[in-house]
Amino acid sequence: MENVLEVKNVEKYYGNKGSLTKAIDNISFNVEKGEFVGIMGASGSGKSTLLNCISTIDRVTAGSIKVNGEEITKLKGNKLNKFRREELGFIFQDFNLLDTLTCYENIALALTIQKVSPKEIKKRVEDVAEKLGITEILNKYPYQVSGGQKQRVASCRAIVTNPKLVLADEPTGALDSKSSRMLLENFEYLNKIMNATILMVTHDAFTASYANRILFIKDGKIFNELVKGNDTRKQFFEKIIEVVTLLGGDLNDVI
Amino acid sequence: MMSFKLAFKSMKKNMKDYVIYFLTLVLGVAIFYIFNSIDAQQAMLEMSESKRQMIELMVQLLGGVSVFVSFVLGFLVVFANNFLIKRRKKEFGLYMLLGMGKVGITRILLLETILVGILSLVIGLALGVFASQLMSVLVASLFEADMTEYRFVFSQDALVKTIIYFAVIYIFVIIANLFSTSRYKLIDLLTANKKNEKVKLRNPILSVLLFIISIAILGTAYYLAITKITSTEATGVMIAILLGCIGTFLFFYSLSGFLLKFIQISKKIYMRSLNMFVLRQVNSQINTTTFSMTVISILLFLTICIFSSAVSLNNSLTTQLEQCNPVDITVYKSTSENSKRPYTTVAEDLEALGISIEENFSEYVEISVYSDEKLNLISTLGEKVFNEAKEEFPSIVYDQLERIIKVSDYNKVAKMFGNEEINLGEDEYAIVGDYESIIAIRNKVLEEKTTIELNGKTYKPAYDECIYGFISDSTQPMETGLFIVPDDAVKEEWKQYNYLNANYVGSTEEEKQKVEDRIIELSNDETINSSNFGNVMALSKITNYEASKGLGSIVTFIGLYLGIIFLISSAAILALKQLSESSDNKSRYDILRKIGTDEKMINHALLKQIAIFYLVPLFLAIIHSIFGIIVAGKILQVFGKQDLLGSIIITAIFIIVIYGGYFIATYFGSKNIIKNNIDK
Repeated sequence: MENVLEVKNVEKYYGNKGSLTKAIDNISFNVEKGEFVGIMGASGSGKSTLLNCISTIDRVTAGSIKVNGEEITKLKGNKLNKFRREELGFIFQDFNLLDTLTCYENIALALTIQKVSPKEIKKRVEDVAEKLGITEILNKYPYQVSGGQKQRVASCRAIVTNPKLVLADEPTGALDSKSSRMLLENFEYLNKIMNATILMVTHDAFTASYANRILFIKDGKIFNELVKGNDTRKQFFEKIIEVVTLLGGDLNDVI
Repeated sequence: MMSFKLAFKSMKKNMKDYVIYFLTLVLGVAIFYIFNSIDAQQAMLEMSESKRQMIELMVQLLGGVSVFVSFVLGFLVVFANNFLIKRRKKEFGLYMLLGMGKVGITRILLLETILVGILSLVIGLALGVFASQLMSVLVASLFEADMTEYRFVFSQDALVKTIIYFAVIYIFVIIANLFSTSRYKLIDLLTANKKNEKVKLRNPILSVLLFIISIAILGTAYYLAITKITSTEATGVMIAILLGCIGTFLFFYSLSGFLLKFIQISKKIYMRSLNMFVLRQVNSQINTTTFSMTVISILLFLTICIFSSAVSLNNSLTTQLEQCNPVDITVYKSTSENSKRPYTTVAEDLEALGISIEENFSEYVEISVYSDEKLNLISTLGEKVFNEAKEEFPSIVYDQLERIIKVSDYNKVAKMFGNEEINLGEDEYAIVGDYESIIAIRNKVLEEKTTIELNGKTYKPAYDECIYGFISDSTQPMETGLFIVPDDAVKEEWKQYNYLNANYVGSTEEEKQKVEDRIIELSNDETINSSNFGNVMALSKITNYEASKGLGSIVTFIGLYLGIIFLISSAAILALKQLSESSDNKSRYDILRKIGTDEKMINHALLKQIAIFYLVPLFLAIIHSIFGIIVAGKILQVFGKQDLLGSIIITAIFIIVIYGGYFIATYFGSKNIIKNNIDK
């Protein structure tokens, strides 16, 4: 299988010589096309920093990140923006929807900035909205819909451009358990049926159990890796809990 | 000491928001000083007595206008201050949470206001003193004063006045602050930022409907303004202004909803790059800015009207002078029988005063003006035309007597003035005049070959329109019509006035001025202008020039003063609003960036958004002004023909420079605020 994402010896330091913090300490891993990978770790473990580096929101101190074979750590300015809007899809914990736009327009925005024709926009937005079951709320404003619906709108916006890689940062962080479950089922759908490659950061074992493979990060290093294989989701969840227990107190607190 | 530190630090921190406000204050102070220091200008100090009187009038008027200006500036300062405080509620909340009382917060605000006040006063005054040196060039050219010798211009009165006025404004602001801080609740302060996130939306169909209504109201206002306007009656215009204000408010209330609905119809435009985002941004802001947009639009309208009228009035006052003053002096007197004095000519009266005709005048012509009881307005105009005229000039009365001149007398004057001479058959008459709107009415009558009757004999018009002409020096065209008839048509007992037109001896201006001074001295009066000396009255070229130039510059100064103040106030309000919107909406631009929008596209969207907020009020103000200038032109037509194009060009340059400057500053300021913090 081809690798959509190749992370090689990535390091990220904060601070100066006097007090150096290694947020990411030599991490390497690959994500293949069609995979649904979870990254788990406690607060401060470096998982968000890692995601920020992959999403080009932050810059690495050393190492290389390739998306679809293209080195992205060296991209700058408009090339960076172009890469971001064409190759990546983002889902954020706090949705990041524009409150002034309707749900439809929020999704369409990802396409208008790529200068897609209006006809095509309509088709693609309606198509993806139907798949995630939000057709009825398309003409509502974000403040008129529930958190779960908002996150599904954000998911629509992330995948409507057919990105190579969808990056999700704590997507269930602001949702109740029922909405979380629905959203994660949508992710499964995106992954299995629409063949989207997803990289999701979370600290929640339940959320993580929807992934095919999980990387555990502690103190900026990869601590462990779990592959779902032929396990059921429940079995996989129990395995995750085991690792989390192993990882130590921090993560336990949040379960 | 702590409060001082906090006040100073927060000022530094809020500099981005403060800068435009501060600059506007500095400009306000400087302009206030400049216009109040005009009487100290060097050019003013070297003026003749008649000019000096004009300047006293101007200083009084400018003083009155300054009170009004200080209200406008006071409003601006209070508005801006409230606005800046609102943006810092969270900061105050934090202070209160840490145990600082309301007194402490008030103290910080007080110190800030004083700090800003003193700084703006000092810098503004320095700028004002410097700029008033440049102003002296303008003053000198307006008053045609001698500026060969440079002197530093400084007015202590203006300095003190500026300080007092602005101190009062700041004290007012402090009181307003005290009032608003006393009402703060901690919970509101801490959650201030979270509030207002809900976007209030107006029903789009209602918006479209209201938009159409607003257009209809504005249309009615325009119609009223241009049809119901007369030079003396103001109620029609008042109603038009009121409707205009309401229409403007509704226009801005409904505009964004209408625009959104309208552009959404065209998916091609709406769905192109960030257009959708821009429109929604505008739509979300306009809800909170309807009122200020209305105020800004009206202020801009006033700026354009005042400024362009002032410029055109100044032009018309000064450009007509040469044409209206062909001779050096006109002396006239009433000779009607009820004056109970034995008949003497003007020349004899002058000699009696000791003003020798021979010594003072190189040439002169004296003529008589007659009137007959039977020849009045109603008989010359006819009922129909008279009633039409009455609508335009409500002050005319039907039994106003027409003035009659013998053709031989008139031709003497015409020859001297360089006007067309008139040839009449023995049963013909002609009308001369130069006051255009009345002449137009008279022309209607002449076209119909209306006859007049004098002494039982009927006369028909020799020409089918009025002939350009007049018999006296004046500041502007004001001859409403003289009937020129054959010499034998008038009876000597109809004699009403005598007019003597003369040129002074001497060929240079200095020599002529000497004659003028001598006449003034002998007539025991300060100036010649229309004043009585002996039993005659006089109008002289020199006084007319000085009066018109003086009036013209008063008008120019007041126009400039009000225009600049209105313009910077409205531009500053807009700039403050837009800058704070930009910092409130930073997160929205961050979202755009996160989903991969190009910087160029974002900047473009920002520019479009700010341009809409700047240009829409200006656009509406320009449309208002088209009608406003027409109305102003009609009111000012008594001062003669208005040079519209020239004044409009000057106004446009003026607005582009100041308003455009604020626009650019706002754009770059906003761009800086929403700047990307990701790639450092």
